Amino acid sequence: MTTLSIADGAQWLRRFFRRNFKVGIAYVALLALLGVYAGLQPRLFTKLVITATANQGMALVLASMGQTAVVLTAGIDLSVGPIVSLSNTLASTLFPDSVPGVIGVVVLVLLVGALAGLINGLIVVYGRLQPIIVTLATASIYSGFALMLRPRPGGYVPLWYGDLLTRRVFDLIPTSLVLLAFVLIFIWAPFRRSRLGLAVYAVGSDERAAYMSGLNVNRAKVAAYVMAGFLAALAGLFLTAQTSSGDATIGAVYTLQSIGAVVLGGTSLFGGSGGVAGTIAGAFVIRIISSVLFFAGINPLSQPLFEGLVLLIAISLGAARTFTLRNRLETMR
Amino acid sequence: MQPLVEARDITKRYDGVVALDQASFRCQPGSIHALVGENGAGKSTLVKILSGVVIPDAGTINVRGRPVVIDSPIVATRLGIGAVFQELSLMPDLTVAENIFITNPPRTHLGLVDRKALYRRAKQFLAELGFQDVDPDALIGELPLAQRQLVEIAKALSRDPQVLILDEGTSALTMQEVHTVFEIMERLRAQNRSVIFISHRMDEVEEIADTITIFRDGRNVASFPAGTVGREEMVQMMIGRKLEQVFPPKRALPAHEVPLLVIEDLSWGDTLRNISFRLGEGEILGLGGLEGQGQRELLLALFGVLRNVRGRIYVNGEEKQITSPAAAASAGIRLALIPEDRKTEGLILPMPVKDNITLATLHQYARFGLMMHHQERAAVDRVIEQLRIKVPSPSVTVRSLSGGNQQKVVIAKWLLTQAQIYLLYDLTRGIDVGTKHEIYQLMRALADEGAGILFFSTDLSELVGLCDRVLVLYEGRISAELSGEALSEENLVATALGMKANGREESPVRRMA
Repeated sequence: MTTLSIADGAQWLRRFFRRNFKVGIAYVALLALLGVYAGLQPRLFTKLVITATANQGMALVLASMGQTAVVLTAGIDLSVGPIVSLSNTLASTLFPDSVPGVIGVVVLVLLVGALAGLINGLIVVYGRLQPIIVTLATASIYSGFALMLRPRPGGYVPLWYGDLLTRRVFDLIPTSLVLLAFVLIFIWAPFRRSRLGLAVYAVGSDERAAYMSGLNVNRAKVAAYVMAGFLAALAGLFLTAQTSSGDATIGAVYTLQSIGAVVLGGTSLFGGSGGVAGTIAGAFVIRIISSVLFFAGINPLSQPLFEGLVLLIAISLGAARTFTLRNRLETMR
Repeated sequence: MQPLVEARDITKRYDGVVALDQASFRCQPGSIHALVGENGAGKSTLVKILSGVVIPDAGTINVRGRPVVIDSPIVATRLGIGAVFQELSLMPDLTVAENIFITNPPRTHLGLVDRKALYRRAKQFLAELGFQDVDPDALIGELPLAQRQLVEIAKALSRDPQVLILDEGTSALTMQEVHTVFEIMERLRAQNRSVIFISHRMDEVEEIADTITIFRDGRNVASFPAGTVGREEMVQMMIGRKLEQVFPPKRALPAHEVPLLVIEDLSWGDTLRNISFRLGEGEILGLGGLEGQGQRELLLALFGVLRNVRGRIYVNGEEKQITSPAAAASAGIRLALIPEDRKTEGLILPMPVKDNITLATLHQYARFGLMMHHQERAAVDRVIEQLRIKVPSPSVTVRSLSGGNQQKVVIAKWLLTQAQIYLLYDLTRGIDVGTKHEIYQLMRALADEGAGILFFSTDLSELVGLCDRVLVLYEGRISAELSGEALSEENLVATALGMKANGREESPVRRMA
């Protein structure tokens, strides 16, 4: 029996829409924002502006994907921003001119990011401490390392490295989008589709039930933090290509913006539901808002005000479900 | 024959309360073994120990004659013990198929979860079990309770257990679904495996079990082949003890009672169904029945915690809308709730005793928004004295007190509000006999001063000894009202299990054919 009847199809479709409601909202918000943007900036659909827009969002997209992994376990990672900074300062300090040398440094930086995530995960799991406070502390530590490496902005980044990542493949597709596709296919999808990925969702959905089911709860949590550290380091490497220099404070905004992107993308802060599809849209929304406000001629000083308002409205739409709860105690979990 | 599972002299305490007291249990291969007893008799603790969720303080466990240590659910699975608890091991955001095969999903040659095979296998497995109505692609959170229980059962069976434990695993199922599960149990028995079955439905126990073990007060008191002992006798074995607590004398019911609280047709979802009753001035009205039959929700509904409650509530003859705990405690209504979980809902543990006591009456001690500490302190001292709360000082944190004294702090808080109606949820659970005694006296004193008390308890002797009348809830309905001579532990147990209360003349003993 493989034939799908129309009723089955309709049911499948209804279920698809219900389950992806919040992701849908994120993409609707993104499209609306792009529509406004296109009205204000007629050159949006040129290769140059498309590439610039993609590049502008990419570091946040990568960092937010990592944040998603942690939030799915019902945790939170406040050290995402500092790991971005650490990655950027480390790369700008170590980068040589030679291609093999740069590749070596890239691998090293990614390992350092994963290690930072591993430390977060191990402390959270074996210290039995709250993720928010553990990563607040390690965030400070990782920031400290970044500042020690590079007290003042500067450093060396080969020109070709920046050109390679921020331009286009075959002068057609922005390299950043190719990089994103690569990360999705070879890093996120295998993680999500593995038993470990399933365990991450299970732990976030109900940690006690996951334990009772015989899952290794600790391993799933640690894996999520490692993923966050790794992707934050990748975000830092992309940022290094964009700015062609090192700056120990460059990642600071990424912590809160990544959390914003995750929530905007429909992943529940209570864990268990959501995913990176929504996060990607969320990250682009957050990044494009500022461009739109700029082209709308809004005073740069009042930009944070409008960014905050847009974020608040978008998140409120996703939280409407609370009004359907029938036991008031359940809204207080 | 060598038992499949044997537990010997198991003892387990929780915070000083003994849940199991040198209990022993053995289960033969090829048998369906029922565990019966009152709430808190220790059945659930025993099966939690066998499935690695709870670790015993003392005692030994043998599986097929070999001593084992079951310190996690993973170990239990490996030993061939699979347990079905009420909703405990399902992840609500995952699909049915993912939940069933969570630890061992089918994989592609790349080692990733093979989603197509996962759903195919889940669909096939559910159909084999006779659960074809369950959609393997549905999220657990979207399913009604009955289907979730079926998924729990399927999940346990997917690990191919030698021993299947069902702890109230059929409580939400319809008759037909229960029979599907019974067929599975019989199949397991035919394969020389065993099933440990906990149910409060005596009909089910008598129908399916071949051995019955009765638990009481943390001990196994009797084991016998099903059908050899009558129901009446089993119920007596479950209760067993004589009334130990001394209860204050009940009041003589006045002929014309003034109703304080009148409830008409109160309903909430499927949990509360057309509840109607009246609570008189000076009356202690008991709520009986097994836990989870809607008692908690009834109290929460009256206290304004639940949304979309249908029905009418009259206080002193006036219809009232109670939409929040603040409204429930307000001047015209004056309700007080002593909640189920004193540690999370009744108290703020890290705060001092005095602040906890005055939490519900802060406005009484405030002038222009500022606290008048001497007035507050006077009230605190008075109520501590009145209830004989043992504290070194009112400034110590509530956390540092014993369970009995913590409960007194909760009572003190609501006493200060001078409520006219008290809703009490299992007030004396986990409290020593001496404190219980004081609480009983206090309750009767409050009633004598004109308060009405609605009192849910899992302790039958309390309901019998303390209450003027008892309403028994079963599946969200009032299934019986007991008072006077009919208010006995036997009748409470019988009506709680959905049977009729025994009249004197009819023969109560029914044996299996």
